[in-house]
Amino acid sequence: MLLDIQNLKIEARGDDGWTPILHGVNLQVGRGEVVGLIGESGAGKSTLGLAAMGYAAPGLRFAGGRVVFDGTDLLTLPDRRRAALRGRRIAYVAQSAAASFNPAWRLIEQFCEGPKIHRTASRADSETFARELYARMHLPGPDRFGLRFPHQVSGGQLQRAMVAMAMACRPDLIVFDEPTTALDVTTQIGVLAAIRQAVESFGTAAIYITHDLAVVAQMADRIKVMRHGREVEEAPTRQMMQSPREDYTRSLWAVREFRRPERALPVAGHPAIRIADVTAGYGSALVLRDVEFSLPKGATVAVVGESGSGKSTTARVITGLLPPVKGRVELNGQTLPAGLAGRTREQLRQVQMIYQMADTALNPRQTTRQILSRPLSFYTGLTGRARDERLEQLMDQIELEPKRFLDRLPGELSGGQKQRIGIARALAAGPEVIICDEVTSALDQLVAEGILRLLSRLQDEQGLTYMFITHDIATVRAIADEVVVMRQGQVMDRGARAEVLDPPRHPYTAELLASVPQPDPDWLTRRIAEGAA
Amino acid sequence: MASTLTRTLRQMPVTAMLGIAIIVAYAIVAILAPLLAPYGEAEIVGAQFEPQGGDHLLGTDNLGRDMLSRLIWGARNTVGVALVTTALAFAIGAVTGLLAATLGGWPDMILSRIVDILMAVPALIFTLLALSALGPGVWNLVMVIAVLDATRVYRLTRATAMNVIVMDYVEAARLRGEGTWWIIRREVLPNIAAPLIAEFGLRFCFVFLTISALSFLGLGLPPPMADWGGMVRDNAALITFGDTTPLLPAACIAVLTVAVNFVVDWMLHRASGLKD
Amino acid sequence: MSKSAPSHPLTRMILTRFAIGLFTLLVISILVFLAVSLLPGDIAQQILGQSATQETVAALRRDLGLDQPLITRYFDWIGGILSGDFGNSLANGRPVAELLAARLGNTMFLAAYAAVIAIPFAVVLGLLAALWRGTWFDRIANVVTLSAISFPEFFIAYILMFWLSVQMGWFPSIADPGVDPGLGQMLARAFLPALTLVLVVTAHMMRMTRAAVVNVLGAPYIAMARLKGVPRWRIVTRHALPNALAPVINVIALNVAWLITGVVIVEVVFVYPGLGQLMVDSVSNRDMPVVQACALIFAAVYILLNIIADVLAIATNPRLLHPR
Repeated sequence: MLLDIQNLKIEARGDDGWTPILHGVNLQVGRGEVVGLIGESGAGKSTLGLAAMGYAAPGLRFAGGRVVFDGTDLLTLPDRRRAALRGRRIAYVAQSAAASFNPAWRLIEQFCEGPKIHRTASRADSETFARELYARMHLPGPDRFGLRFPHQVSGGQLQRAMVAMAMACRPDLIVFDEPTTALDVTTQIGVLAAIRQAVESFGTAAIYITHDLAVVAQMADRIKVMRHGREVEEAPTRQMMQSPREDYTRSLWAVREFRRPERALPVAGHPAIRIADVTAGYGSALVLRDVEFSLPKGATVAVVGESGSGKSTTARVITGLLPPVKGRVELNGQTLPAGLAGRTREQLRQVQMIYQMADTALNPRQTTRQILSRPLSFYTGLTGRARDERLEQLMDQIELEPKRFLDRLPGELSGGQKQRIGIARALAAGPEVIICDEVTSALDQLVAEGILRLLSRLQDEQGLTYMFITHDIATVRAIADEVVVMRQGQVMDRGARAEVLDPPRHPYTAELLASVPQPDPDWLTRRIAEGAA
Repeated sequence: MASTLTRTLRQMPVTAMLGIAIIVAYAIVAILAPLLAPYGEAEIVGAQFEPQGGDHLLGTDNLGRDMLSRLIWGARNTVGVALVTTALAFAIGAVTGLLAATLGGWPDMILSRIVDILMAVPALIFTLLALSALGPGVWNLVMVIAVLDATRVYRLTRATAMNVIVMDYVEAARLRGEGTWWIIRREVLPNIAAPLIAEFGLRFCFVFLTISALSFLGLGLPPPMADWGGMVRDNAALITFGDTTPLLPAACIAVLTVAVNFVVDWMLHRASGLKD
Repeated sequence: MSKSAPSHPLTRMILTRFAIGLFTLLVISILVFLAVSLLPGDIAQQILGQSATQETVAALRRDLGLDQPLITRYFDWIGGILSGDFGNSLANGRPVAELLAARLGNTMFLAAYAAVIAIPFAVVLGLLAALWRGTWFDRIANVVTLSAISFPEFFIAYILMFWLSVQMGWFPSIADPGVDPGLGQMLARAFLPALTLVLVVTAHMMRMTRAAVVNVLGAPYIAMARLKGVPRWRIVTRHALPNALAPVINVIALNVAWLITGVVIVEVVFVYPGLGQLMVDSVSNRDMPVVQACALIFAAVYILLNIIADVLAIATNPRLLHPR
């Protein structure tokens, strides 16, 4: 056994002393074995991954248990000897390569630092090795690539460079801490392939941490599911994918299957919103070019694209935050004034917004009651009893008990509850159209699914029109009536869900779909064989 | 509510508790000065430079005025003027800062450039220049220092308000059609109150020290007002004879600023959360 | 990489910075000039006193050029200063340049004396406090520096004078270097004022250095270096320091403001014949030409040092040194 973690307990410093966040967890990794750690946020998987290196982040402490690496307990080792193992025999790949590379050093210098301080290779040898790894990971111009500084390299390349750096001393074990979470799907697949290839060709063992089931299925030999700092279950990958034992695991798997039934849309005259030939940008930089699509009344239109595709900018044009350079936005067939200041209160009421980060969408100093009362009195002039009744009605609609939640501050709510309050705030205006900007991306899968069901139900009950901005194809499949695919500020394709996606009509849609990891453990192997990465 | 208060008090470091105690004591002395002071502010009650002890607990000053009485009156004058100046600086700086952050665009540009210019030179130099042009006088002093100090309040208010303005809840209020003042009052202010209160403490210390320094240089509160900086200057000659009396008013200044700084330091520490 | 680009963005940034600095100085000079022109009352009247006749006042106004439009007077004034003519003192009629010449050197000497000791001292202590944050050293340093920045400069000055000069008799309480002293004499005479400045400036600079370094030490790449097994000292010298350089340089430049403020007060306490003392005396006498000259010199020095700091900060920032 290469790594043997026994009954590990870790505590975090809080307002009132130390609270446990890992409650006695075991983890074994054999030589050359890849173990996947999966769980929602707060499961303690990153903490466990770092603990495998004998490291506790600032504010955390080891409170019990053993971390035995190749026969030695890292927790009882003096600092200097622990440092001698890190980088040399156990290496780490962080989520954000952009933040984890030192901005003052060239990439090759950072690569060679490990071999230098651990004296595992001469400078010339480690440079040669770096070039070899860069080439294997399909980094551009591998001989000169290392001469660049971190900020001169794109995100996907930087993440691959970090994988290369982790290999510098040919370690026995690498901890991958959500290495592709911050990347777009078409970039992710290249990094996944690079990791897989590096680990396989050197026979390195790995701990692969992620919240994405489909990703971990590609990478791991064995999967351990965690929740709230405890182990839920552990099994070889295929067994775990096919027949999970625990209800919690099964519920994680099941999320993927939520799909709203196809439905016939009412055929109406004017669409709720029409974006006509819109070109917009910040200063001289154009972010949108000739964007054109409509939101039919009562429909859910998903706008899909990767970062920089202009989907959020489109929302800003619709709401009037960013007046377009060219083109116009129509509401029920009537052209809206371009800027926010020119719109009437009634026009503003018709279009509401729900945000990605519920944390920043709700004022932390206002109670739920204050947050929801304001749009009611602002738009409808409701006061006193009538307003209180409407408040309770709204809370019922978002499935939160009015008595318990109306007088809480956002800090006293969970992520999913906060997102529900955000929905209620939009509903309070009594809008025709709601723009949902990545409303489920920051949430754990189970919670996200609850939000999607809620939104679907509200649409059925109230005939709302949704513009659903997302980067996640699974979400699109789950709820969209129509799909708009965007890339670099332009609309690539648009139409009914089946037309656009099944099978993909536009080559970019095809690439996008093919890059989304599937829960099938052979998916990545197949994609690599097809030459995708 | 009560439990969080007791918890806050229990976790308060000794320095902060000491600071609060001192500030309260100063406030009492300043408010009750007419009752506490044995003699009048400008009353000549003895010979020049009488030693400590006897009728005059701390001796008399260069004109034969009771030192202790002047220290007590000084609390009222020096601290009072500093408080008024700080409040004025805050009124100017916070309002302009909030407007610049909320409105953006031209108002922000112009205000920020003016502040850049005023901050491009150490404040004392501008103060000396302005005082020599305007001449002495309490109100000139208050105005000049308030305007110069408002630049720092402006910078901080604008920066913290900017952090709030980028939040989605402010965008939500804008999209709802709320006006600028409503957004400032209901969305922005409650979220920047904590750093602003801490800043008030820091600005007070700075203003207090500046006024004291100017008084010490003979350019502050006009005589015969008792004021600590001026008292050091009036009696400085005693130092060379080994008499520490002139250090007393200086110590009064130092103790108050240390106290305020201890409290502010603790508040800032708390505001930054449990971050390492 | 775009190193071969015709005009390197770095050069452009540095030139822009210089241009902004010069512009600031220009605006400041206008403000300094206006301070006199907007003076309530009339300079000529003030010089001649209340008893002067209308004709003599008018004649003096002509002599001083006060009948000219504001813009002409500004250019006459600034043109004179650029060629070394600061006008004449109202108090004693001597050329201002002459008054300044004797004292400028003294002030520069005192400031440099303090800076040479304070800067390395403060930066090293700030670095140590950041490295050992949360330890007793850090806590004591926090309380001591917090107290030091809370003390009025003259309080520190008089404590030092009382203790080291009056009680111990080690140093003179009056720092006038006298006529044509040697360097040793000057260093000894200026020791107490310099020490006062060192204490004040060190406290400010150390706190800001600590904050800047703590900020860098919290960066993810520092955690990454630890996870690569990099030894502690090497993390500090090789990983943290190159990135902390720019913020620390800015801290040093900012603290020149405390040095200038401190110099004015310390010179008065120790009767040190420098620019600060001259300025304070002239403010009391409302000797405007001298006040203007002193203000302009202090402002120019401060702005210049800040430009240098900005340029150095730009030049140590890898993102700017090696643009995309």
